[in-house]
Amino acid sequence: MEENLIEEGESSREGEVAPALIVIHPRDKSAAVAVGPELRVYDIAGNCPISLSDDSGGPSHSESIRAIGFGANGSVFASAGDDKLVKIWMTDSWHCTKTVYAEKRVSAVAVSHNGQHVVFADKFGLVWAIALGEGDEGQAPIDNKAVPILGHYCSIITSLKFSPDGWFIASADRDFKIRITVFPKRPRKGAHEIQSFCLGHTDFVSCLAFARPIDYPQGFLLSGGGDSTVRLWDFISGRLLHTCDFGAQAGLVKSNGTEMEGGSAVIDVCASCDGSLIAVAIQSLHGIILLNCDFSARTLSIAKVVTMEESYVPTSLGLSDLPKHLWMVMGVSNIPTLGTTKLLSRVRVVSGFLKDPSDSSVRNAIIMGDSEVPGSEKLLEKLQGSLDVAEEEVTLAATAAAVKTSVHNLLIKKQYSLEKRELQKRSRNDKKLKQ
Amino acid sequence: MSKNNNSNMRQNGQSARLPRKRFYRARAHSNPLSDSHFPIPISPADVDYSQHYPHFFPSERSDDDNGSVPPTKVRFADIGCGFGGLLVGLSPLFPDILMIGMELRDKVTEYVKERILALRATNPGKYENISVVRTNSMKYIPNYFEKGQLSKMFFLFPDPHFKEKNHRRRVISLQLLDEYAYALEVGGIIYTITDVEELGDWMRSCLEDHPMFKAVPEEELEADPVVKLLSSATEEGQKVARNGGQTFRAVYRRIMLEDG
Repeated sequence: MEENLIEEGESSREGEVAPALIVIHPRDKSAAVAVGPELRVYDIAGNCPISLSDDSGGPSHSESIRAIGFGANGSVFASAGDDKLVKIWMTDSWHCTKTVYAEKRVSAVAVSHNGQHVVFADKFGLVWAIALGEGDEGQAPIDNKAVPILGHYCSIITSLKFSPDGWFIASADRDFKIRITVFPKRPRKGAHEIQSFCLGHTDFVSCLAFARPIDYPQGFLLSGGGDSTVRLWDFISGRLLHTCDFGAQAGLVKSNGTEMEGGSAVIDVCASCDGSLIAVAIQSLHGIILLNCDFSARTLSIAKVVTMEESYVPTSLGLSDLPKHLWMVMGVSNIPTLGTTKLLSRVRVVSGFLKDPSDSSVRNAIIMGDSEVPGSEKLLEKLQGSLDVAEEEVTLAATAAAVKTSVHNLLIKKQYSLEKRELQKRSRNDKKLKQ
Repeated sequence: MSKNNNSNMRQNGQSARLPRKRFYRARAHSNPLSDSHFPIPISPADVDYSQHYPHFFPSERSDDDNGSVPPTKVRFADIGCGFGGLLVGLSPLFPDILMIGMELRDKVTEYVKERILALRATNPGKYENISVVRTNSMKYIPNYFEKGQLSKMFFLFPDPHFKEKNHRRRVISLQLLDEYAYALEVGGIIYTITDVEELGDWMRSCLEDHPMFKAVPEEELEADPVVKLLSSATEEGQKVARNGGQTFRAVYRRIMLEDG
């Protein structure tokens, strides 16, 4: 029993570590990185760092940001995290126009396609909606409160995504469930109609991505999870179309000169609009995996493994609608072992995708040097916090370890052996009397 | 402990005899929030119902004439079936319909399993359409049932969970009703009953507020043979009746969601 308590105490502290996140404006206008409570935005189009301003009257983020996201047209941006604040930003001026207080820590956020609603999910499995702008129902101005619209029963929701047509909202949880819900016209009354459940993952689901190839207007759903698979779904029926198992293909990964050690949970998946580019970040993989999706045959296959230097394990991937570049970031909110106060992150960019979009097997994906990335050093200075993080190998290695433990503690279910369970039962009060 | 083991052995030796509840003493409650350590089917296709209803899933040797008939699907689900009184009561009323009980407490599930096997042994050809699984139905309904598969769902005498902070443990809630509406076909019926007035009000108001459920009119309820069983068939219901307690019933029909 005592041993147990100690374990739990440790995990609750290390669980506080939050991986750095990156998202790219759908039209490539800006890039946003969140590390700890810091939100860093760079204007790619105007080639200048953006300083954020807050008109909402609410406090700014004080604890780790856990979720960031742009709306489909890029006009709205939302950030939320452990401080239970959901902040909504207008991207034309990068002013925060609204700060909403959530009841629990926020684990996922998404902006509806028409930009009218921001939805967020908390660690108790509830998904909430916030109405933006004027009341479209001819009512008095909408209050600042979020309303619950749907729930995964007390399971941490790991990802929220709107379908390409905006009709559905997909929510994934750590109980291997993906729920596809019809997103109602008036979300404040709740989203009750479940279109399907996508069931097949055997461990937590960590990330979702939609792809809409030109010939398939309905689109497909991709999901990655703790069972080290990426799965392709027909989300309308909930049918599993194909599974790409990286655990089974570890040999292939190794042959490319990459060592797979420790967990191989999929931590992020992103897909370009038409699905021609699918990138996967895997825990403890020094690089990313590019997938090939044959949508007519409904199969996924590994197209290329892009290997990075030893200490680089991306924690988040970012892609715009025009995927010239694949962005990735590595970093954590704080590193308990080093005790540094600096919030380090390292941004890398992979390019070379559009050279031959018709023949996706010939991808000339290359990692760009720091001077070659859009916005070059100026952008990196803003998004990374400083330029010389590349040299701090030790810190980056610690980052990778910290991210691993945080994912482990947050999402992986504790397994108790039969004997341990029996031992716990024996200490139950109702049985003690008999002994 | 040893006494228990002996009785279990005796039970196994003479499975034709009904199991006795006293040997299956279980705690009254189980935490629906805790991580489950029992096996859970990945998806409805993953559930082997032939083990539950061998009579309805003839083995390969004998299916020479009806190979094209799609397998029968479970239509009734008793959520939190307890000691299985309702299933046993319903079985002869709908002999061709497969019903399943879902119960979280493992000992209670074991009891119901034994009870059904004993009933099948003593009444050949009967009680072949009922079975039980140990699962947390608040988490895993979609792992067992496809969309619109069920025609009736039962929630009889669920745990009241009085404290407000424990309301999220109640088996009927606005959020969970989404999942029940998913599993029920349009026109399917959800039956709830309790002896706790506060919980009765809660369940009724949840169902009333949910846009995919509509109250079944009183005259229909009177004609429905199932309704009588709600309070009379289950062990919990009999206990309430014995003590002269009141029951609170809410029966609602799954309807199409009106656009809006």
